[in-house]
Amino acid sequence: MGEFAYVAPRSVADAVGVLQDHANNGRRAQVLAGGTDLLVQLRGLDKAPRTIVDVKKIEETNRLDIGGDEIYIGAAIPSAILNENEELKSLLPGLIESADLIGSTQIQGRASLGGNLCNSSPAADTIPAMIADRGICVIAGSGGEREVPVEDFCTGVGTNVMTGDEFLLGLKFPRPPANTGDAYLRFIPRTEMDIAVAGAGVSVTLDGSGTCTAARVGIGAVAPTPLLVADAAAALVGTTVDDEALAAAGAACSAAASPITDKRGTVEYRRKVVAVLCRRAGAIARDRALAA
Amino acid sequence: MAEAVDYRYVGTSPVRPDGVDKVTGRAQFGADQNLPNMLHGSVLRSPHAHARIKSVDVSKALAMDGVHAAVSGADFPSVQSGEVGGEGGGDVADIAKNVMARDKALYHGHAVAAVAATSVEIAERALDAIEVEYEPLPPVLDVVEAMAPDATLLDDNCFTKNLPEKPDKPSNIASVMVLARGDLDAGFEQADVVVEGEYRIPMAHQGYIEPHACTATVNEEGKATVWCCTQGHFEFRAMTSKILNWKIGDLKFIASEIGGGFGGKTVVYLEPVAVLLSKHAGRPVKMVMSREEVFRATGPTSGSVCRVKIGAQNDGKITAAKAWLAYEAGAFAGAPVMPGAMSIFAPYEIENFLVEGHDVLVNKPKVAAYRAPGAPQAMHAFEVALDDIARQIGMDPLDLRMVNAADEGTQAPYGPKFPAIGFKACIEAAKKHPNYTKPVPEGAGRGVAAGFWFNIGMQSSAEVRINEDGTVIVMEGNPDIGGSRASMGLMAAETLGVPYEQVKTYIGDTESTGFCNVTGGSRTTFATGLAVVQACEDIIAQCKSRAAATWGMDDDQVEWQDGQAVPAPGVNADVSPLSLADIAASAPKTGGPILGRASLNAQGAGASFSVNFGDLKVDPETGAVEVLSFTGIQDAGKAIHPAFVEGQMQGGAAQGLGWALNEEYIYDADGVMENAGFLDYRVPVASDLPMIDTQIVEVPNPSHPYGVRGVGETPIVAPLAVASNAVRDATGVRINDLPLSPPRILAALSND
Repeated sequence: MGEFAYVAPRSVADAVGVLQDHANNGRRAQVLAGGTDLLVQLRGLDKAPRTIVDVKKIEETNRLDIGGDEIYIGAAIPSAILNENEELKSLLPGLIESADLIGSTQIQGRASLGGNLCNSSPAADTIPAMIADRGICVIAGSGGEREVPVEDFCTGVGTNVMTGDEFLLGLKFPRPPANTGDAYLRFIPRTEMDIAVAGAGVSVTLDGSGTCTAARVGIGAVAPTPLLVADAAAALVGTTVDDEALAAAGAACSAAASPITDKRGTVEYRRKVVAVLCRRAGAIARDRALAA
Repeated sequence: MAEAVDYRYVGTSPVRPDGVDKVTGRAQFGADQNLPNMLHGSVLRSPHAHARIKSVDVSKALAMDGVHAAVSGADFPSVQSGEVGGEGGGDVADIAKNVMARDKALYHGHAVAAVAATSVEIAERALDAIEVEYEPLPPVLDVVEAMAPDATLLDDNCFTKNLPEKPDKPSNIASVMVLARGDLDAGFEQADVVVEGEYRIPMAHQGYIEPHACTATVNEEGKATVWCCTQGHFEFRAMTSKILNWKIGDLKFIASEIGGGFGGKTVVYLEPVAVLLSKHAGRPVKMVMSREEVFRATGPTSGSVCRVKIGAQNDGKITAAKAWLAYEAGAFAGAPVMPGAMSIFAPYEIENFLVEGHDVLVNKPKVAAYRAPGAPQAMHAFEVALDDIARQIGMDPLDLRMVNAADEGTQAPYGPKFPAIGFKACIEAAKKHPNYTKPVPEGAGRGVAAGFWFNIGMQSSAEVRINEDGTVIVMEGNPDIGGSRASMGLMAAETLGVPYEQVKTYIGDTESTGFCNVTGGSRTTFATGLAVVQACEDIIAQCKSRAAATWGMDDDQVEWQDGQAVPAPGVNADVSPLSLADIAASAPKTGGPILGRASLNAQGAGASFSVNFGDLKVDPETGAVEVLSFTGIQDAGKAIHPAFVEGQMQGGAAQGLGWALNEEYIYDADGVMENAGFLDYRVPVASDLPMIDTQIVEVPNPSHPYGVRGVGETPIVAPLAVASNAVRDATGVRINDLPLSPPRILAALSND
């Protein structure tokens, strides 16, 4: 394991100060939430020294607010806590299902939405679900706070919009209106303990007649970053989210995907399967909206 | 079938004696040995799949603070070529070069140098300070391309063995072998249907949970003690002795508990290196592989290309069978192509056949034994082709196998006539099994296949000691992987007639018990069990003699019944029976401590046949396969501990299904394995498989007093073809190659 120093600031200002100090002096700092990715990296080949900045002791990264208009989820809240929150589960079941796919039960005692996002893997399970649910990243830095939509957060494989003196405070979601449902599905060759070969998150809002008035579709593991697929959403709006509309949404996902062939799947395979997942997740989201 | 015999202890399933220490963490595995002043050894591994090593300079590493030893190929003696037998066998000169590369690195991850330092971190930094000059060479990765006359050569001195004349040019084909009988052309002419196919399977790893680990300490007299996880510490001692040119008597090996082996822990990797580092450093050295090292640098089983052609009549009778096998040996000769060729037709009586096998060098890790080494690849090809024959002639696949089934008296394709075997009994049991008589679930397909393994005997020793209170110590030398302590205890209890709870079984080190070959070849319960039974018979003879002396009788006037010495029938004597405890209590007066022993080279290991079937469902949109049910039926001869036999059958099925569905070594064009970890080398997780149903068939092996056949290897053989045949049944599309991964299945369905 590489050498590292450890600090655990108690306030946003202190954390920003530490990050800024490192950035200004050309020293390396890495933000620690649950550490389920970072600790693995620490055991890897990169043994260069660094400072680990633990943000779990900060109030804003641990706060969970379920308001009338908005839901705020602190960036460091372990997914196990989210998974056990019945209100959250009934409001955003697809998002919570995606959080429940991170690692194993033991890992979920630490793993967080914020960490999953900041690790910025194209295959992260929660990011397509957060995109579908219109998530907004709340980022703290030396210039104060700023907000970035989740779909604009990742800039490449393992990279994102945050600068050296910034860290993620939390995620905001609009409270879903009536008759809204979401769902996330991924494909893995096993039944658990694996990384998505493709993933799709879908949110739909229906009117009283069952016609879709709003939709969002996020896909993962089929491009360098998770993607918002506007064409897929457009294929659903104005329909009853029937098989034909779902097939069109799936086709839009295939078209939006720019996957690679690697040890987990081929280009052709990922293009096909992301469409299947969009269709299936869309049907679950629709049924949830109808039941809501 | 022989008549069933009622036993008191044999055939029961007590909890394993080593279980409590294993579930509480007290058991000592390979990495658990720690000694004062111990150093940590690490290995520098080749970044090239194929390269000439022009120089290795460890001087900068040696100069670092905390580094106490550094070695490379030049520090090892040159080793004369010579075969070492057994499942971990091969040419010892090759094993030596696999342990530490000399002039060439032959696969990515090949050991090039090693250091011992006061911490793992310092050792790893020291590896960075070792200077190696490589001349990279093109890697040879495909087994068929490797066989081409103009292929890049791994070894300029490799001339194909077993050809009628020694070839004038070297080749990557290390050896060829042929088995043939009858008239192939005539056989195919008699056929109504002919099926032909080529079947490819990539390398697969045993996937044992415990990585290789050892601790070695060499004292000032040059005597070494080595603790390691191994399937055979006597063979590890022998290999280390040859590789280092040390006397056997200067090496003591102690086997730790073992977290799985499946054949992969029959060959040394770290032990000679740790001994040499410890000798140089004058301190103990511990070496523990990472999972990545296990994947990159220890033996998986061969990737293979098998071409099969079968001719059959409309009544199912196979008239001719032909097979061509090419197995990847990895960096050094020794693919299990011979057992593959010997097993491919073994379950069947076939008059006309030909099988050609090729042992081929490629720039991948040297293969090691893996559960029925060589049989799954070849038998997958044959059992899949046979399934296509059944479809073409419209016959139930079990009926087709019954028409051709080998039985007692059938001359095996590899030579001898079978004694009593249980293949037909397995087919009959399958035909009647409720999982077979029930309909195939909607959307699923059913696959059927047969399995086989020879099993081996080899050398074993056992001692049985009677404590003062009549309790029993069994001492033998086979590391307990599958529950053999319990099996030895059960056979000893049964033979002596004492309760199982009064018997303890210990695995001795190389200096505290007699020689035993590896725990491998499914030999331990058979061969070492035989030694234990004979050692118990030695005890009984001594006890009868002591009772006779006590009673003033001749030895032959005493019998042993239910754990007691009693007068033989017709002997008129007013004496009370003497139990083992009675005789033990009076031992000081009757000749001293009671100690029985036996050593043998066991003959007549009975072959174990199996029939497996399973229902598998395919998601036509993603290619995902779900195993709905799987049934293993196998001849165990006699199940000494039925729960452990079932465990072997279930474990083999799980490994076979993993191999069939998702496991594979994935290489890039440079010969670097891309999935050297359990995330992307996908062994099944518990939720991937249903409960594996089992049925034990018992056709006793006439060469064992309780009828034991080895059971550990056969279970992995049939599941590969079961999966292929079930996916064919479910989708209507035949996919010849493995694994049946979702992308491969979806691509095949799309092309249809």
